[in-house]
Amino acid sequence: MTTTKTPTVATRKLTYVKAFNEGLAQAMREDENVFVAGEDVAGYGGVFRMFDNLLDEFGPRRMIDTPISEAALVGLGVGAAARGLRPVVDLMFMDFIGVCLDQIVNQAAKMKYMFGGALSVPLTITTASGAGLGAAAQHSQSLEAWLAHVPGLKVVMPSDAYTAKGLTVSAIRDDNPVVVMLNKVLLGSTSEVPEEIYGIPLGQAHTARQGSDVTVIALGRMVGEALAAADELAAEGVEIEVIDPRTVQPLDTETMFASVRRTNRVLVVHEAVTFGGLGAEIAAQIQDAVFDYLDAPVLRIGAPFSPVPFSPVLEKAYVPDRARIAQGCRRLLERS
Amino acid sequence: MVQKAPRKSAAKTTHQASAQVIKDLHERMVRIRLFETEAGKLMEAGKLPGFLHLYVGQEAVAAGVMAALRDDDQITSTHRGHGHAVAKGVGFREMYAELYGRVTGACLGRGGSMHINDLTRGMLGANGIVGAGVPIAVGAAFAARYKGEDSVAVTFFGDGATNIGAFHEGANMAAILGLPVVFICENNGYAEFTPQSAHMLITDVADRAAAYGMPSVIVDGMDAVAVHRAATEAVERARAGAGPMMIEAKTYRFYDHQGVKGLRHPYRSDEEVAEWKSRDPIDLLETRAVADGTATRAELDDVWRRTRDEIAEAIAYAEASPLPDPADLLLNVYSG
Ligand SMILES: Cc1ncc(C[n+]2csc(CCOP(=O)(O)OP(=O)(O)O)c2C)c(N)n1
Repeated sequence: MTTTKTPTVATRKLTYVKAFNEGLAQAMREDENVFVAGEDVAGYGGVFRMFDNLLDEFGPRRMIDTPISEAALVGLGVGAAARGLRPVVDLMFMDFIGVCLDQIVNQAAKMKYMFGGALSVPLTITTASGAGLGAAAQHSQSLEAWLAHVPGLKVVMPSDAYTAKGLTVSAIRDDNPVVVMLNKVLLGSTSEVPEEIYGIPLGQAHTARQGSDVTVIALGRMVGEALAAADELAAEGVEIEVIDPRTVQPLDTETMFASVRRTNRVLVVHEAVTFGGLGAEIAAQIQDAVFDYLDAPVLRIGAPFSPVPFSPVLEKAYVPDRARIAQGCRRLLERS
Repeated sequence: MVQKAPRKSAAKTTHQASAQVIKDLHERMVRIRLFETEAGKLMEAGKLPGFLHLYVGQEAVAAGVMAALRDDDQITSTHRGHGHAVAKGVGFREMYAELYGRVTGACLGRGGSMHINDLTRGMLGANGIVGAGVPIAVGAAFAARYKGEDSVAVTFFGDGATNIGAFHEGANMAAILGLPVVFICENNGYAEFTPQSAHMLITDVADRAAAYGMPSVIVDGMDAVAVHRAATEAVERARAGAGPMMIEAKTYRFYDHQGVKGLRHPYRSDEEVAEWKSRDPIDLLETRAVADGTATRAELDDVWRRTRDEIAEAIAYAEASPLPDPADLLLNVYSG
């Protein structure tokens, strides 16, 4: 395994999707065993342009267009990984894991365990999740809670271009099956991205903004919304700390606990359905570990218990945003 | 015309049909064409949210099959479902209203283009998940037989969809249970941007039926009369209790996979598109009908005119319709 170099200087801005693409290309250059398979990934470059130009550089041996056969696609990755390759398989829209969940949950996740540790499954599954494009109920879900519940899987949710690259590289270098959940709405967003290859350690949260009054733990696209809410609240004299877990399995709870000890109030926000979402897990762990530091019950914000609606007016009301986050923080501050 | 599996050769195209059938097929095709071209314009004008998978070019298939069905016969459709819905008799108003995300839409604004349905017309839904409609049609056919009704179920799917497990499991299930299901493969030669030759090694999808002991036939999918004859036979057979059958219609979509145009990577040659467009299914039928004396040019033009008016009215209705109320976000998540 290559050691993880921490990036030094960021010199330019890159879009989220280009940062992903660059990280993947660098990981492919680094390790001959990395290959990519998926629908329209090679010739077309991926429907979200995630795989642009990779066929030109790596050729059809390492960039493979597959039939619409997700179960076989993930299974191909599992079998190839069990034999020592490092497959990156793309599921286009996260919702499509519905048709290949067995290969992910019962096969990829459990294989090392059931083989008594004799092999590993260094499989990376890339996919685009999230609402916001009017793509409706079967093309807009955030299903991280399904996956994070399964022992053996790792799940990462890049919140910006920088993390899209670093988490992708780490996912590919990791010896376990890792699902990289890119967010559709963030694809065109930009941030500073170092040119060299770098990995962001899996299972290490990042404090995206420091503050003393409320800890907001935000997943994926909600990090940007939380930072915007923090700006809004700063004008009111309230200092919000924003924590981006980056990896939801394994979950870095220590960084969260430390923050709670400083702020004494916590809001967890994700765009997935609130019920049974990761907010519940995070809230429970915080209450278990640092209950005595809490000045108010942990507050969760997520989507209502409904499929993702199509109509933009409904979709907007469905997905949490900066206004709801700011309002949640105010509510937390009113209590105690 | 029905052949026992394995299928050997394509069915002969016959141009004989009653004047009434020709006019019916013509009207259904014109309705689809105008619905679709107007929807495409609205999308290009930025008026519609979400995705739009247009059906233009494939009208002969929907028209030919639907003209062979009764209102109580059920269909399941695909992500490219507008043509099926229009031909099955779903109203323009509720379809456009749905594309606009209005509360008067077919899914009350919750579903959008990929989820249009209408139980009063036996339209069991378009579907965002490739192949998912196949087993659902099998279930609908099972219900008809269970209840002692003589309705049949028809499932539409693309060439690409026949690479997915749901298709194979559904086909075998229908065959072994001897259910009244008609499988319609609309082979437009592409799955998204991948040509058929790159996602299966066979030329005729109909060959796949043989694996399940299901008879099949290949028809010219640009010839509505040919499709209608094959469908009539398959439907009558299924209705009479002789079990499922597959029809493969060789057809073509004139627009892009999604939206009207905007191809970043051309994946079809201009010549290929032009060649198929020269076999426009509506032109073919009109030319033949006028030559045969089945219809006059004026009669045919009148259908276009009437349909145009109806469409303009439906779009105006959709635009004037109210948006859904976010307070109703949880509507219809459960019954009761
Ligand atoms: C399970 C699943 N995988 C992938 C997709 C993405 N997708 C939507 S349409 C399509 C191509 C379908 O091809 P085909 O069945 O031939 O139908 P066509 O688009 O040609 O009408 C793909 C891959 C999807 N919607 N569902």
